[in-house]
Amino acid sequence: MENTKLTIKDFSSNLPVKWCPGCGNFAILNMIQKTMAGMSLPREKFAVISGIGCSSRFPYYMSTYGFHTLHGRALPVATGAKLSNPDLSVWVITGDGDGLSIGGNHMLHAIRRNIGLKIVLFNNRIYGLTKGQASPTTQPGTKTKTTPLGAIDYPFNPARLAVGLDCTFVARGLDNDIAGTSRIFERAAKHNGTAFVEVLQKCVPFSDKEFEPLKDPAAREDLLLRVEHGRPLVFGKNKDKGIAFRNYRPEIVTFKAGEVPAEVAVYDETNAEMAYLVSGFTQPEFPVPVGVFKVTEKPSYEELYYRQVAEIGDTKGQELETLLAGPDAWEIK
Amino acid sequence: MNKANNSRKVSVSQLNSVTVRFAGDSGDGIQLVGSQFANATAIAGNDLSTLPDYPAEIRAPAGSLAGVSGFQISFGDESVLTPGNKPDVLLAMNPAALAVNLKNLDKGSVIITNSEAFVPAALEKAGYKSNPLEDGSLSNYRVIGVPVNALTEAALKDSGLTQAQVLKCKNFYLLGLLYWMYDLPLETTRAWIQTKFKKAPELAAANDKVLLAGYDYAEATEIFDSRFKLRKSPVTPGKYRNLTGNEAAAYALITAAKLLKKKLFYGSYPITPASEILQTLSKHRAQDVVVFQAEDEIAAMCSTIGAAFGGELAATGTSGPGLSLKAEAMGLAVIAELPMVIINVQRGGPSTGLPTKTEQSDLLQAVYGRHGECPLVVLAASSPADCFHTTLEAARLAVKYMTPVIVLSNAYLSNGSEPFRIPKLSELPKFQTTPLPPPSDYKSFMRDPETLARPWTWPGLAGYEHRVGGLEKADGTGAISYDPENHELMTKLRADKVAGVAREIPPTVIYGQNEGGLLVVGWGSTYGAITTAVKAARKAGLNVSSVHLRNIFPMPSDLGPLMRRFKKVLVPEENTGQLRMLLRSAYMLEPLGLNKMQGQPINSDEVLAKIEEILKGN
Repeated sequence: MENTKLTIKDFSSNLPVKWCPGCGNFAILNMIQKTMAGMSLPREKFAVISGIGCSSRFPYYMSTYGFHTLHGRALPVATGAKLSNPDLSVWVITGDGDGLSIGGNHMLHAIRRNIGLKIVLFNNRIYGLTKGQASPTTQPGTKTKTTPLGAIDYPFNPARLAVGLDCTFVARGLDNDIAGTSRIFERAAKHNGTAFVEVLQKCVPFSDKEFEPLKDPAAREDLLLRVEHGRPLVFGKNKDKGIAFRNYRPEIVTFKAGEVPAEVAVYDETNAEMAYLVSGFTQPEFPVPVGVFKVTEKPSYEELYYRQVAEIGDTKGQELETLLAGPDAWEIK
Repeated sequence: MNKANNSRKVSVSQLNSVTVRFAGDSGDGIQLVGSQFANATAIAGNDLSTLPDYPAEIRAPAGSLAGVSGFQISFGDESVLTPGNKPDVLLAMNPAALAVNLKNLDKGSVIITNSEAFVPAALEKAGYKSNPLEDGSLSNYRVIGVPVNALTEAALKDSGLTQAQVLKCKNFYLLGLLYWMYDLPLETTRAWIQTKFKKAPELAAANDKVLLAGYDYAEATEIFDSRFKLRKSPVTPGKYRNLTGNEAAAYALITAAKLLKKKLFYGSYPITPASEILQTLSKHRAQDVVVFQAEDEIAAMCSTIGAAFGGELAATGTSGPGLSLKAEAMGLAVIAELPMVIINVQRGGPSTGLPTKTEQSDLLQAVYGRHGECPLVVLAASSPADCFHTTLEAARLAVKYMTPVIVLSNAYLSNGSEPFRIPKLSELPKFQTTPLPPPSDYKSFMRDPETLARPWTWPGLAGYEHRVGGLEKADGTGAISYDPENHELMTKLRADKVAGVAREIPPTVIYGQNEGGLLVVGWGSTYGAITTAVKAARKAGLNVSSVHLRNIFPMPSDLGPLMRRFKKVLVPEENTGQLRMLLRSAYMLEPLGLNKMQGQPINSDEVLAKIEEILKGN
């Protein structure tokens, strides 16, 4: 393919997008199309593979190769595509129900293998497509159609779960924080191995209160902790609050803007333990962390697979008859 | 070797075929000794068929009835189609092995045992009140008790090995003895021992010595007064190797990928009795084979779909419970119209059932066991070596018709072995895919007018980018469609496409006459037993013929008229009558059944008895 620069338009299938008005999926679609356009990879080298759920309609709106698979099964389908064609850029679109409930087992094992997939998990804390049942990220007490008295399941924290599984790239973004979340996608795109990106969003018809305070650009800086490698964990509209670890326990310290005390931790995305502590922050005790939480350099599954093949010596040119005969054939004349 | 006793009078009889059964504790190395014996008979030019029969427990308590492992081989001069019904020779390593197998022995059969294993504790575990070697209860058999422990110890007295190491060699003593009895060459096993114990030369030397000692003992001892020579089999000239059904299926997949000039992707999850396919392919990664051990059966199926979407020859293998777990994803493969091979090595079910035993009870699951109208091609292999040809055919049909194809094997075929003639490249079928139009004319669900297959495109091909998925597609464009007429049209198109595979089926071969009194219709693993029985019945003058089906869905188009030319139809199968049900619904016939649900293969005696019963009742 000629090396013309692709634009965001080149990645759109031009089909009418059928998500509800106000849904964060539009913004995420836009960010991912923009990220792909910037990857200097021809369009046919992308495969976008999804499960079932609102977010999983995603591939239809892309102009790349796409596969809308089964509920929970995008990861193994993507694994088959990636392992047999390791030069593809394979993106998996999933949700809190698809990726953590029915497809939970595949999530554990994709991350365990460190296979080169970009996993984008849209977390709206509800089953939207089936019209409002509790999901594995539904917060305790939330009333849904299946939890009329309030949810009693303890929820997953997706990003922290991925950190706990030692995923080699873990990040969290917000659907309407375009600048911050776009940066995350750009880094995920370049990551070698499994990249897990949780995107917080609400579902307009069924969970429109979720993350509500975080949506207001004017007020949210007091509630968001923007995590950045090599920078102190400082937050607040006036940048006058920070996180210190005292006896390994995180605590919020306040200070005069611009005078960050030495005890405020400097974030290190290569420190898995720090990533575990920080990704666990929840409201109301702590601000909600967003950004790239964890980056580990480790060979990917496909890299290890083909390295092994190279080491034993590729014999695919061998005559079929020789292969079939093996070492112990005999001849009858 | 001891040549001193060659002057001894030994009668040498010529035999057409012999069935030998090795039996002992699961840990006794029975499968190993059996497969060594099989290789030696093959090298000697015999045709052969083998059947391992082992318990689900890896090491059941030593000496217990539950822990008896068996390996049966039939070998001889004409085409040996089954591992034999009743053994002519039983090699029983302990009392439990004797107790389990005695009921299958005809009077006059030979029993070779380790006489030292018949101690009170072992007799009690096997349920014997007195020692059968001494109490006269075996007087109708030819019993040869060999003090194997003492003889092995004597052979290795200067070896410096521990007592436990010495006794581990004892199965080779009996193997040597059998090699003498059947005049078989020792060379293959001696060479195998050297390779196997390359890193422990002292063990190689010990096993080799014991093997030769057993051979010499038989030659020197008067209890062995007869030797048997098996006439060589008049087989087609060529290169052969002994393959189990699972190995044959694995090699077929590699062959198919090479013929298609693609990678082979095999995604699977370990399950008895299909794991050997995964294991065999794992050894061949250097042959452009991508092997993926998935986290579960569903992931195995889905990764296979992903690889097919990715444009490679994709396959998976499993057994009944795994096929159930794969069912939903098979629906996706059908609606996305992607090619792949799904091998189902059937075992006794439902559930965990009899996980190491054979059955043919997944036929209806293979044909119908999915949600929605979900047709796909189903083939069944008829012998271990046929697992190669049937799997290769499955791959050929899958890519030509853009459909999943199920291959039905079972525990009997997967673990059994027979000589496989290595085909020349020129003898293999040609693989054909739907021609790809230029990108400007391409639509993802356009169809070849003859096969109705859509063109296969994959990520990496510029200009053919498209989206597929589980939602119904509009005919031609492949866009999502909820249009009622379109769904009906697509349902019919998918069915017609699979039905069209019938044009690929060669005319059904009838063994016997074109018409007559009784037609035996078989499928899959019962081929050997049915053919052997029909041959014997015809020799006895009975008006019986047989056909054997490889194509289960769709069925051969000449099958209906063919069956109607016979007065009666008999369907022997290892289930309660699943093919019979299909034949009844497709052709409005009332076939008779011979049904066995014991986890053991139907044998030719049972088929013959049923044929006689039907025809003599006429």
